[in-house]
Amino acid sequence: MTHSKNIALFAGIAGLIILTGFMQSWNSALLILNMGLISAIMAIGVNLQWGIAGLFNVGIMGFLALGGLATVFVSMEPVPDAWRAGGAGIFLALALGVLTVVATIFAFKTLPKGRLRTIGMLVILITGFFVYRAVFDPAVEAIEAVDPAVTGYLGGLGLPVVVAWPVGGLLAAGVAWIIGKTALGLRSDYLAIATLGIAEIIVAIMKNEDWLARGVKNVIGLPRPVPYEVDLQSSASFVERVQSYGLDVTTTSSILVKLNYAVLFALFLGVIFAMAQLALNSPWGRMMRAIRDNETAAEAMGKNVTKRHLQIFILGSAICGIAGAMMTTLDGQLTPGTYQPLRFTFLIWVMVIVGGSGSNLGAVLGGFLIWFLWVQVEPMGYFIMDILTMGMTDGSPLKEHLLDSVAHMRLLTMGVVLLLVLRFSPRGLIPEK
Amino acid sequence: MSEPFLIGDCMTGGYGAGPDILHGCTISVDRGEIAVIVGPNGAGKSTAMKAVFGMLNVREGAVRLDGQDITKLSPQDRVIKGMGFVPQTQNIFASMTVEENLEMGAFIRPDDFRDTLEQVYDLFPILRDKRKQAAGELSGGQRQQVAVGRALMTKPKVLMLDEPTAGVSPIVMDELFDRIIEVSRTGIPILMVEQNARQALEIADKGYVLVQGANAFSGTGKDLLADPDVRKSFLGG
Amino acid sequence: MDFLNAIVALSNFVLVPAIAYGSQLALGALGVTLIYGILRFSNFAHGDTMAFGAMATVGMTWWLQSMGVNLGPLPTALLALPFGIMAAGFLVLMTDRMVYRFYRQQKSKPVILVIVSMGVMFITNGIVRFIIGPQERQFADGERFLISARDFKQMTGLDEGLAIKTTQAITVITAIIIVALLFWFLNKTRTGKSMRAYSDNEDLALLSGINPERVVMVTWLIVAALATIAGTLYGLDKTFKPFTYFQLLLPIFASAIVGGLGSPVGAIAGGFVVAFSEVTITYAWKKVLGYAMPDSLAPDGLVQLLSTDYKFAVSFVILVIVLLFKPTGLFNGKAY
Repeated sequence: MTHSKNIALFAGIAGLIILTGFMQSWNSALLILNMGLISAIMAIGVNLQWGIAGLFNVGIMGFLALGGLATVFVSMEPVPDAWRAGGAGIFLALALGVLTVVATIFAFKTLPKGRLRTIGMLVILITGFFVYRAVFDPAVEAIEAVDPAVTGYLGGLGLPVVVAWPVGGLLAAGVAWIIGKTALGLRSDYLAIATLGIAEIIVAIMKNEDWLARGVKNVIGLPRPVPYEVDLQSSASFVERVQSYGLDVTTTSSILVKLNYAVLFALFLGVIFAMAQLALNSPWGRMMRAIRDNETAAEAMGKNVTKRHLQIFILGSAICGIAGAMMTTLDGQLTPGTYQPLRFTFLIWVMVIVGGSGSNLGAVLGGFLIWFLWVQVEPMGYFIMDILTMGMTDGSPLKEHLLDSVAHMRLLTMGVVLLLVLRFSPRGLIPEK
Repeated sequence: MSEPFLIGDCMTGGYGAGPDILHGCTISVDRGEIAVIVGPNGAGKSTAMKAVFGMLNVREGAVRLDGQDITKLSPQDRVIKGMGFVPQTQNIFASMTVEENLEMGAFIRPDDFRDTLEQVYDLFPILRDKRKQAAGELSGGQRQQVAVGRALMTKPKVLMLDEPTAGVSPIVMDELFDRIIEVSRTGIPILMVEQNARQALEIADKGYVLVQGANAFSGTGKDLLADPDVRKSFLGG
Repeated sequence: MDFLNAIVALSNFVLVPAIAYGSQLALGALGVTLIYGILRFSNFAHGDTMAFGAMATVGMTWWLQSMGVNLGPLPTALLALPFGIMAAGFLVLMTDRMVYRFYRQQKSKPVILVIVSMGVMFITNGIVRFIIGPQERQFADGERFLISARDFKQMTGLDEGLAIKTTQAITVITAIIIVALLFWFLNKTRTGKSMRAYSDNEDLALLSGINPERVVMVTWLIVAALATIAGTLYGLDKTFKPFTYFQLLLPIFASAIVGGLGSPVGAIAGGFVVAFSEVTITYAWKKVLGYAMPDSLAPDGLVQLLSTDYKFAVSFVILVIVLLFKPTGLFNGKAY
């Protein structure tokens, strides 16, 4: 019964995407499919945290951005001039920074409580900070001066871009560890506020630290894990075969590339989904859900709730990091200016809640469905607004204003969808078993 | 014999839709009396009192106040009808001053409550001295006085106390009992649950021994203290 | 002389802006902390309530300006403020009716209410952008400066000028009046005391016959007033732009938590702690130090600890320190 309902739901989504193919273009349909696959992975990550452990993460955007950063670190060619100019300085500075923090913690742990400790920690921190800046600033200046129009940053390792995906996960996991250590174990709102903050900071760093990944100047031309359209179009055998089927070369090549991505993403989604399912149904997953449903009882039974929460928080964030790296790979460029909390935090939440909190299959469904809506709400909004404003004279200020405002309809629609689902169907489309 | 002022008559019920905790339990208190509910741990003492106050589902039986059936009223409405209740824990506004606590007790009164405030201060002189202090900063015994004082501010027709001496030292306990007798002398019937069965029964006009949610023994405080069965099972010989 | 110049420069670039910003944060944090105390959840929609109230005020100001009404040297927005408060009050009461009340009656966990407030945040944000658009909006008028830098230099003969914008002075004065009114209300009136009682011990407040729905309604109205005033003052001081109010959420939460969630005094203290930290850490101290230190020691660089792009990081670091060492905040709020 539920089985056939689930199949029907997924068939429905597939139908919507295919319909897009017929009504708009197969390119748009495949774009929706690819981002849908990535969204599904994001939703699985958030579902681990919220659905299974009840942790409220409002910083998904930050973890996705870290994944994006990883693609630059891993896949771009290194910039040897920049490395010569300031590579050593940067790493020395970062090491000094870490050393300062470690020394401060050491002072905190060893010195007796009191004024001496406070002063000692302050002295270490302040001295450390100035030493760090003294090394860091010139190095940054030197790096950013290297051909700023094209590079002006350190570049990456020049490895295949797929390597960046797990690396993105690791980066996200590291940051999640720091946040989790601080905010878990306190009341649930604190994690929300802390994650909200870290996401803003991560994006601010990516926008402003040009030596890292060119800041708002963006890194473009990230290598791809799949063939380029241009290469296909200039390959004689490809052109010949396509033409023998009577198809358009340009369109076919871009569709083929997107299909390539789709297969790759689907593979990753499959693996992550299978692992998430295994985790959910393992003793560990059962314990997590027991903790979520009754924290006090679980604590009384000797479970270290905070430690368990930390594990799953890191895991979920790592999955978001992987998805973030995949997304940047699909875009082919890193554009820190485009990370907005609405699109990259809130939307994922809507996916999880609409799909069904606590259900991995629900998360996947929500990922596809909400992404589809997100893409299609705007044209639909214009369509509706066109009808609404039909009676008004062209060029009237109100009509102009209403048509201009359609872009903001997304915020409203998604907010309303979230509230309606929470209120009337809090278990979502595919409820947890 | 006419019916007592407040009676929970043959009450059967439990919390929400949960299992029954009370089984045909009857509790009552009449004007000018102190009635005490005692019994072993888990006997449903507090539950019986909460049932009288409307904090759980009474599925069978009835609660009547001054002859009027109040079984269906919410606790808030019972306060308006004249029932004062002092919970066992968290029975004060810790961050507010003593005087503000008492004022909040009188929240539902539209009339001038300054007389009542003076009466409460006369009854608990220590509260007058500490009236500008945050209630949370007071000692355990003083807090209980604030709690009782707060309930008295509505000028209740009956006062219900849930283990007023829980967690206070024996000396403070004696003082609290003295105060409770004084309150009773002002003409307010008192119904209370007590852990310290012996001391409580000594001041009680009426006592109820509950076992597993049902009346096991009842009688005057003196009778119960003298009853060999009660002594053997609950008062340690 | 150099010493006086240093003090003037310090006041001009650090003290005055930080006091004004601190007042704005304090008013914002008061709203968050009141909701937390009474409704027991962190209201993520608070920033957008501020934006909504400020937007209504801006609209009214424009209308008044077009009618030729003004307050002379004072900004017309002050005249439009009551309208903005009413609009925001209407908005929050409607949301409470349509959204929050259901979860209150269900006795949902606080985290559910936080998620719900996130939904409300996006809807409010959408409405604001829908009505006024996402751009920056100017609505300040009246006298720009209480004291301009040039006048100050002429008056004192110092090299450094001290400029105090009218909006800064208004911000501080309004904040003082509002906070005094709020504390009078909470401590002296029956309704205010019932709010504190409800925040302190909900069950006992119910037993005392305090009507929770009334307490909640009064709280929302006060919060709407605080949010509108904070939002309008911020908009007057800087400019009005819907997205900035979302970004203010972090410093506002940091302020409320530093002070101790649920504690009104804490919210005010927290607002100033965050504002002063943010301004001192992102200010380039070259000028002040140049005056204060002998020439030989005068710094070469800007002596800016952190670029202003990272001002949110300051709130965040303060937040982390508080969570690590004293989660109940300076004034013992509720941490769990």
